[in-house]
Amino acid sequence: MDLLKKEYSNVSYVSGPLLFLEGAKDLPYGAIVDITDAGKRVRGGQVIEVSDSYTVLQVFEETSGLDLAGTSVALVEDVARLGVSKEMIGRRFNGIGKPIDGLPPVVAEQRLPINGSAINPVSREKPEEFIQTGISSIDVNITLVRGQKLPIFSGSGLPHNDLALQIARQAKVLGEGEGFAVVFAAMGITQREASQFITGFEETGALARSVLFLNKADDPTVERLLTPRMALTAAEYLAFEHGYHVLVILTDLTNYCEALREIGGAREEIPGRRGYPGYMYTDLASLYERAGVIKGKHGSVTQIPILSMPGDDITHPIPDLTGYITEGQIFVARNLASAGIYPPINVQPSLSRLMNNGIGKGKTRADHKEVADQLFASYARGMDLRRLVAITGEDALTDNDKKYLRFTDGFEKTFINQGQVNRSIEDSLNIAWALLSEFPRSELKRIRKEYIDANYGTQKLSELVTA
Amino acid sequence: MAGKIKKIAGPAVIVESLDGAKMNDIVRVGKEQLVGEIIRLDGNECFVQVYEDTNGLTVGEDVISTNLPLAVELGPGMLNGVFDGIQRPLDKIREASGDFIARGVNVKSLSREQKWDFTPGVKVGDQVEGGSSLGTVPEFSFTHKILVPPTVSGKIKSIKPAGSYTIEEVVATLEDGTELKMYHNWAVRRARPVTRKLDPNLPFLTGMRILDVLCPLTAGGTAAIPGPFGSGKTVTQQSIAKYGNADIVVYVGCGERGNEMTDVLVEFPELEDPKTGKPLMQRTILLANTSNMPVAAREASLYCGVTLAEYFRDQGYAVSMMADSTSRWAEALREIASRLQEMPAEEGYPPYLSSRLSAFYERAGRVTTLAGDAGSVSVIGAVSPAGGDLSEPVTQSTLRITGAFWALDASLARARHFPAINWAGSYSLFINVLEPWYRENIAADYPEKRKELIVLLQREAALQEVVQLVGPDALADNERLSLEVGRIIREDFLQQNGYDKVDASCSMEKAYGMIDMMLELYKSGDKMLKSGGAISDFLDDAAVIEKVGRARFVPEAEFPAYKGEYMKMLETAFKAKA
Repeated sequence: MDLLKKEYSNVSYVSGPLLFLEGAKDLPYGAIVDITDAGKRVRGGQVIEVSDSYTVLQVFEETSGLDLAGTSVALVEDVARLGVSKEMIGRRFNGIGKPIDGLPPVVAEQRLPINGSAINPVSREKPEEFIQTGISSIDVNITLVRGQKLPIFSGSGLPHNDLALQIARQAKVLGEGEGFAVVFAAMGITQREASQFITGFEETGALARSVLFLNKADDPTVERLLTPRMALTAAEYLAFEHGYHVLVILTDLTNYCEALREIGGAREEIPGRRGYPGYMYTDLASLYERAGVIKGKHGSVTQIPILSMPGDDITHPIPDLTGYITEGQIFVARNLASAGIYPPINVQPSLSRLMNNGIGKGKTRADHKEVADQLFASYARGMDLRRLVAITGEDALTDNDKKYLRFTDGFEKTFINQGQVNRSIEDSLNIAWALLSEFPRSELKRIRKEYIDANYGTQKLSELVTA
Repeated sequence: MAGKIKKIAGPAVIVESLDGAKMNDIVRVGKEQLVGEIIRLDGNECFVQVYEDTNGLTVGEDVISTNLPLAVELGPGMLNGVFDGIQRPLDKIREASGDFIARGVNVKSLSREQKWDFTPGVKVGDQVEGGSSLGTVPEFSFTHKILVPPTVSGKIKSIKPAGSYTIEEVVATLEDGTELKMYHNWAVRRARPVTRKLDPNLPFLTGMRILDVLCPLTAGGTAAIPGPFGSGKTVTQQSIAKYGNADIVVYVGCGERGNEMTDVLVEFPELEDPKTGKPLMQRTILLANTSNMPVAAREASLYCGVTLAEYFRDQGYAVSMMADSTSRWAEALREIASRLQEMPAEEGYPPYLSSRLSAFYERAGRVTTLAGDAGSVSVIGAVSPAGGDLSEPVTQSTLRITGAFWALDASLARARHFPAINWAGSYSLFINVLEPWYRENIAADYPEKRKELIVLLQREAALQEVVQLVGPDALADNERLSLEVGRIIREDFLQQNGYDKVDASCSMEKAYGMIDMMLELYKSGDKMLKSGGAISDFLDDAAVIEKVGRARFVPEAEFPAYKGEYMKMLETAFKAKA
């Protein structure tokens, strides 16, 4: 490869993270380059625009110290690639796939372009297998299904990182002999968060089945745009070449989108809503759509992207566009968090669009759907009553209404507020039954009689939940 | 002579010295022969939007023009098909490139191997005009007419006898030597010609009472559905595809989720066509361009879809086209415009957003085809307003153009009210043009009864607001009656259970009968109150209220008898205690 050695040194303009190069028109669009400054320091970069007169490079690190005269550029690869291998499991990488755990680089079995390709819609299999996260509110009410992309909508100061860690640790697919792996990509996280994740993964033993990509807040912004693509490339490889069921956790998409906006601004693009680039939908889709199940392949890629909504505003472009691409959402609620409930998941606005495909007999339990509907309906009624009580006081309520209030409290305090415990779907449903059995049978309108007969009053809360 | 790439920025590529470049011609870009379209000419340069990923292209690579605009192949072999945004069959792409879509895949839209049983419909010496039929080919249970291309006419010099042919074989020649095959190409950005556009005065019936009665669509009309997430848009569309009175359904998944597309791909073949008992797919064409497929192809997919729809219209059929979602299409437009550094208008959309949208919707219509038949294309476009904000430009431009608006409402969906269409927010501009049809075909007093029904619904909505403040006990008895009947209309008339065999689809005759039942209920209640009865007598008569509530589950054939029983019941109702 002659190209590898060819160097370009006609740098004409540097601004922000961008570097303009003249006379380098044979660099392919999207290529990865090495940029060497006068002091022999090497930085990575990517071609984001080429024309016959100039080439625009995006520098992967800060551009300070680069000069026009002493800087040279060399082609590394025609497109950004990641060397993938089964040996990546248990390893820790930075945002662009370089090991940061002190171990030698993995020996790549293949080098894959990180942009990936779209899965042909006719090759997709309908996602319909259950993934157990061990978190009652998710498993019962917002069930995650293999091949789904189910984001967590959170806010700053809420414990979404703890939740992410807990899911990474607990998640599994039911059934014998199924390989399961977690690919965890953190974008723009602080040192504090990074050490939380690293110790979290190491102490709980989750690292043994995980691949970590950590892009820190002080890493170059543009690397943030590569991190999720690196992670998804690794995930696709493990899923579709080695048959793993891979859960990809991406946090925090808000940092990713801010990076997208920053780079868009540096490229002097015309901004769209709130300054985010007009192609943000397409860009986010190119990440989220890399979840799925493929006909005839054993593995699957499931995504849990986490995003903190600026100002808890769900109409902000990031959660809004995400909501249009993903299949539902899990809401982390500030009021539950401040009431000391963990995980503070508000099931009311949460939704899993693929839930009904993945539950029921042979997947979870026959009564699952109806129990979930009943919990949802009773909780909704309880919440309405709470608002009423705030105005009229509890005395105005009927005895039946008071049962709903008690249920709502119990639902939040025991069912949702499970702490760091790992609950099987069986346990979660049993807890639900223990709570629902506080109602008279006639109130359980969403559940058919045979399930009521089989389960009503059979479960004791004290045996299921340790105080 | 081949042109050379001068500049690459995302899907926008600038090419120089491309001889004979014409606006909207399709070009093949680079060594991998990526498909692109010329969208701007500027001196020696042309701007090309590339329908595939441009990573890895370099400056100076060759660009070859096909000298043809973006066109689709129109002929037998499209039904039951799943195509990408530029009519490439996805199963063929899969054979060529595996589970992931590779670039530069060159596959034919229609199968060149498959043979079709052609029956000629013209003989030597016949004069044929553009759009007339040369003969027919059976495609599943559908009769596919082989059309003369709209721009061709002449005397038949030879015609193949009945037999089995591939679409590449010449089935007819004209005296001027023109050879006609069973398919022809048509440029997607040009509407296919018709003899005349007709007034939209026939309804497009969907089988959904809330649509057919409250905000009807006409055959050849246009409707917009906003789909906030979780509002059951997909279910509504599937229902319309299944029960709508169209012969052919063209579904364009434009920038939507892959798994959702899979849902459509898995479920449409399983859906049974209530008309034939065969899979619904056999009269359906799907165009799937998921959100991560190239953005330029997304822009083209809408035009490809409507061209296919027009082709079947030209055979004299009623076609319904669903575009899900036009917002994603508009975003594609915005993205490409911003790559071309065009001056943005509102929210970054290009200033021509509105005119492009209207040009697209105007291709809908009921027409007299070139051959003199009646055909129609009805377009139902989904919009996905960001943040549920209907004031954004795509929704607003769409509302200015479309004739009906079906306001899907997530809060109704959460309350398990299906179809989750908010009747108060929805509207149709077709009521007046449809009035003569209603009077002639449903009942002479249908328009009046429909109005009465709406009045009851509006009164109930107003009363609901009062009830929320003071509780139902504060209302007068006749107001409580309106409240109660309004609730019955909402729950037992507007709601429909898509999974119930009977209730999933409802004819206009039955809907009229049900309206009658509900209005009569109100009238007898009112009479009872006026003669001194109390509202509790009304509310306690569970038998009557249940009877009217069960009406939607009564099969069409048994309905007149059921209604008769009910009317008899009403005569003696509420009297027990009065």
